[in-house]
Amino acid sequence: MRTVDRIDVMSRRNFIGRSAGTAALLAASPVISGKAHAAEALKTAPAFAMPALVRMARDLYPHDRLPDSIYEIAVAIIDEQLAGDADGKVTLGQGVGELDAAASALKGVPYLSIAEEQDRVEVLKSLEKAGSPFFGAMRSSMITALYNQEEIWANFGYEGSSAEKGGYLHRGFDDLDWLPA
Amino acid sequence: MAGKFDLDDDSVVVVIGSGAGGGTLANELAQKGVKVVCLEAGARYEIQDFVNNEWESFAQLAWRDPRTTSGSWRVAQDFPGLPAWIVKAVGGTTTHWAGASLRFQDHEWKARTHYGEIKDAALLDWPIDGAEMAPWYAKAEQKMGTTGTNGIPRLPGNNNFKVFHAGATRIGYTDVHTGNMSINSQPRDGRGSCQQLGFCFQGCKTGAKWSTLYTEIPKGEATGRLEVRPESHVLRIEHDASGKVTAVVYADRTGALQRQKARVVALAGNSIESPRMLLNSESSMFRHGLANNSGHVGRHYMRHTTGSVYGIFEKPVHMHRGTVMAGIARDEARLDTSRGFVGGYELETISLGLPFLGAFLDPGSWGRDFTAAVDAFDYMAGMWIVGEDMPRATNRITLNGEVKDQFGMPVANVHYDDHENDIAMRNHAYRQGQAVYEAVGARRTLLTPPYPSTHNLGTNRMSEKPEDGVVNRWGQSHEISNLFISDGSQFTTGAAENPTLTIVALAIRQADHLAGLMARNEV
Repeated sequence: MRTVDRIDVMSRRNFIGRSAGTAALLAASPVISGKAHAAEALKTAPAFAMPALVRMARDLYPHDRLPDSIYEIAVAIIDEQLAGDADGKVTLGQGVGELDAAASALKGVPYLSIAEEQDRVEVLKSLEKAGSPFFGAMRSSMITALYNQEEIWANFGYEGSSAEKGGYLHRGFDDLDWLPA
Repeated sequence: MAGKFDLDDDSVVVVIGSGAGGGTLANELAQKGVKVVCLEAGARYEIQDFVNNEWESFAQLAWRDPRTTSGSWRVAQDFPGLPAWIVKAVGGTTTHWAGASLRFQDHEWKARTHYGEIKDAALLDWPIDGAEMAPWYAKAEQKMGTTGTNGIPRLPGNNNFKVFHAGATRIGYTDVHTGNMSINSQPRDGRGSCQQLGFCFQGCKTGAKWSTLYTEIPKGEATGRLEVRPESHVLRIEHDASGKVTAVVYADRTGALQRQKARVVALAGNSIESPRMLLNSESSMFRHGLANNSGHVGRHYMRHTTGSVYGIFEKPVHMHRGTVMAGIARDEARLDTSRGFVGGYELETISLGLPFLGAFLDPGSWGRDFTAAVDAFDYMAGMWIVGEDMPRATNRITLNGEVKDQFGMPVANVHYDDHENDIAMRNHAYRQGQAVYEAVGARRTLLTPPYPSTHNLGTNRMSEKPEDGVVNRWGQSHEISNLFISDGSQFTTGAAENPTLTIVALAIRQADHLAGLMARNEV
């Protein structure tokens, strides 16, 4: 079976324009490289809140093979969306305060200091159960903020746009060979 | 050269909507010498504008004008502002559809007779039957180039289909194949053949999939008798003192209101907007909405039972490679109440890309159990259930007086509660779908709830008697002789089959009838 050509997809990292499509949906600035994004200040939270938010983002949607930089980008995207929100009801700064308050109440320490993932998940579930708008915004926004980052698609075997490559007719659309006879 | 008609030209037929119903009707009428103005709310995107990117395409093509939801259906909980995934663009939902083109089974035209009285359901026989519709179905299949008919070879099966076929045949299904699809398996009708792009839902970039956008619309325009006006959003339909419709009021692309006079109006805005336009057109003569003295406009909304099953395997499948709907098992479409429900269902393969899988696999879900499934994206096969859901008077489109759109018009509210027949059918289909994948070694199966509805039916239904529905056997309003319904809202019942072929067949037949009525000055 033909495996995904990871080199081909990785070389598209430089094509910022291809990520512009997500802007239409997210009404956010285009996705740029992880390192540069992480260095930028957040708009709706102080910079020191970033590590806790990144931890929360990963705990919501943990993919061990994905580096932290991907989750930093996701948080930055959500931050951008919230900054552009006319309501202004949810901010990441307020959210991280809520997160640490819940962590202290349940585990006696701030969120980032909780060592075990299952304990942090317990804190998140308490926010979900309480109907926290911050939790709701983070959880639902992560779906696009994370999975719509083209850079990670190859990790999952998703090959993205195919029209310009002539589709899959000659690129393995029916190459499955492992079914029992 | 496309036609260009005056706003005051009251000899034209105004068709509202350019999809499977409206686009086909508009062309068929133009071919017969009738002048047509087709008002389409959406913009005109051609093939070169389509993008192979799920969310970007969604932002481009999907109807995202506000709607609200209510009822116990899960869509109201997970996607409260998005009851349906349909298109706002020239070509309507034929730009997005997967191409499945199945005829109703004969007994499905007479659901009330064959299923009997079902409590809390409003079953009714269509006023037409399979024998009458057979020649029109034949014309539709010929027009659309449906594989498995007219000597057109069926498409080859992709990896997703191979898994499905192996499992389906192992559990004893015998009616399993790559489907009757309106996607060219060979060049035909000036369009190329399928290159297995895998982005059928995002507009077919090879034109192999039939869509009115690049078939009916340009053919109609070439007669000089069809004018398509994109970005023309109809707000209401006007009538005169005798109760005949006279004009259509719409907002043009600048937002200015225009009034197009009409000899006949044919409404094909899909099953949420069509009843909404009628309800928003109430008057002193039609207090419950235009053509709604019967009270049925908006009622009996159907969306098929739907739901999906995904199987996770030990080795890669790459389900995203190739046609999104790549095959079908029809064995459960039969009527067989020993299974615990009336009506039947089709099982059809489906695939999603990573971005959509994240959103629709299990809405609201998070944590390691969810991500373990997403991690297995490349090891997944998927299928979609299409089953006959029960028409209910309480499942309906109404106007939401508290929410107005950008033109100040009340938006549509979609209310839906599953009938116990729907739940029994879906649970049966989930179990069968799991059995299919387990038969070929799935180590985990995932059951997905219904997505925002891509099949929307029934809200201006056909009936023999005026007191039972909105339109007669021709899709003509029982109450207003020059008002027609031309989309899936005509459906008396939903059957187990994807609706597009039936919508196209009805439109070809309606055009034939309407042209005759006009020639004899009966409308």
